[in-house]
Amino acid sequence: MPTVSFGNHICQLQDGETVLDGLLRHGIPVAHACKAGSCGSCMLRAISGGIPESAQAGLKDSWRAQGCFLPCVCHPISDLTLAEPGVGARVDARIASVRLLSADVIRVHLAPEREFEYRPGQYLTLFASPTLARSYSIASLPSDGFMELHVRRTRNGLMSGWLFGEARPRDAVQLQGPLGDCFYTCGNEDQPLLLAGTGTGLAPLYGVLRDALSSGHRGPIMLFHGALGPEGLYLGDELRSLSSRYPNFTYTPTTDPIDRVVAAQVPKTTGYRAFLCGDPAVVQLLKRKIFLAGAAMREIHSDSFLPAIL
Amino acid sequence: MHNMSSPTSSLFEQIGGQPAVEAAVDNFYRRVLSDDTVSHFFDTVDLDRQRAKQKAFLTMAFGGPHNYSGKDMRTAHARLVVAGLNDAHFDAIVGHLGGTLAELGVAPELIAQVAAIAESTRADVLGR
Repeated sequence: MPTVSFGNHICQLQDGETVLDGLLRHGIPVAHACKAGSCGSCMLRAISGGIPESAQAGLKDSWRAQGCFLPCVCHPISDLTLAEPGVGARVDARIASVRLLSADVIRVHLAPEREFEYRPGQYLTLFASPTLARSYSIASLPSDGFMELHVRRTRNGLMSGWLFGEARPRDAVQLQGPLGDCFYTCGNEDQPLLLAGTGTGLAPLYGVLRDALSSGHRGPIMLFHGALGPEGLYLGDELRSLSSRYPNFTYTPTTDPIDRVVAAQVPKTTGYRAFLCGDPAVVQLLKRKIFLAGAAMREIHSDSFLPAIL
Repeated sequence: MHNMSSPTSSLFEQIGGQPAVEAAVDNFYRRVLSDDTVSHFFDTVDLDRQRAKQKAFLTMAFGGPHNYSGKDMRTAHARLVVAGLNDAHFDAIVGHLGGTLAELGVAPELIAQVAAIAESTRADVLGR
């Protein structure tokens, strides 16, 4: 079994063990969240040794070129020497404001201390400390001058607990990213857009929506936001006000199963571009139904919000 | 040198190569997922990964470059054979393949060649 060196630590992986599980088993602190190769929280860099391509899937080319990879999905093919992701991977930032949007969702504004390029709807990894990281979608536009995240309070959540209870303006954090391909691209301004999500899956959709509107998208834009109860349908006033300003934008909040609401209003999706975000089971169900209703798979962008696994 | 219309060009070239695979895969996968007699074999959580598998299969069936061996086919489908995969399911898939190609306007004699390639995998796919 391969040996992994990280700083002063050396650990021997067990059969079938990922690099992350090996490091954690040896008590080496590494920030992590989804443990599924998606959120980017545990990203490290290999100084020597062979990294399977699958452990670099979804990472930026410039990161891959530096040897960055996701240890939570890495079964190495040789001994590895690891380091932190390195200069340039993380950007210092400060909390600008934290405000309640509903009983259990807050709007966090961040001020990066140097340029952090992103497309609205992509996601970043927020580091509250070197070992506490979670990923969140970006709801703002670069022209807003701040970065906006929507954070739901989760039971015993370490990051959401900190953000809801203790975080104050000017607190220092770090940002890594962005990742993901759930964003608007210009070039087909008359195409109908279908945006659907549950809970804080609204955050990337809100970013995509405002990006499309400010880019002059002319085709219909339909936003469906699902929640278990009416209190989960946050940002309703802002979205209703956008729909009265832009005749091509319709906003449908619902507490019914969102896949049925979408299917009833958009029975045929041929030619549509779709963005689907939030609960993984709902995203997969919507994706399947929207594909079967005619949309091309490459026109369906999705982002499943995976829970943190401690 | 030979060109696309030359009688010596390969089946894969005559069908239209990788762009034809790309054009066919959504149509084919949508047919399969809409067919209740076989959809449960394809209905995994990860649609993107499943679509990538369908592309690899279509590339092979169109006579294109592929890395499948009979052993791979056997191993990949063993779990499905245990779950009841049989000749009727295999026939349905070959039928959907033909339906997709017909809808895309591929000539019947080329469809017959594709069906023959798919047919050549039957014993391995069904673990016989």
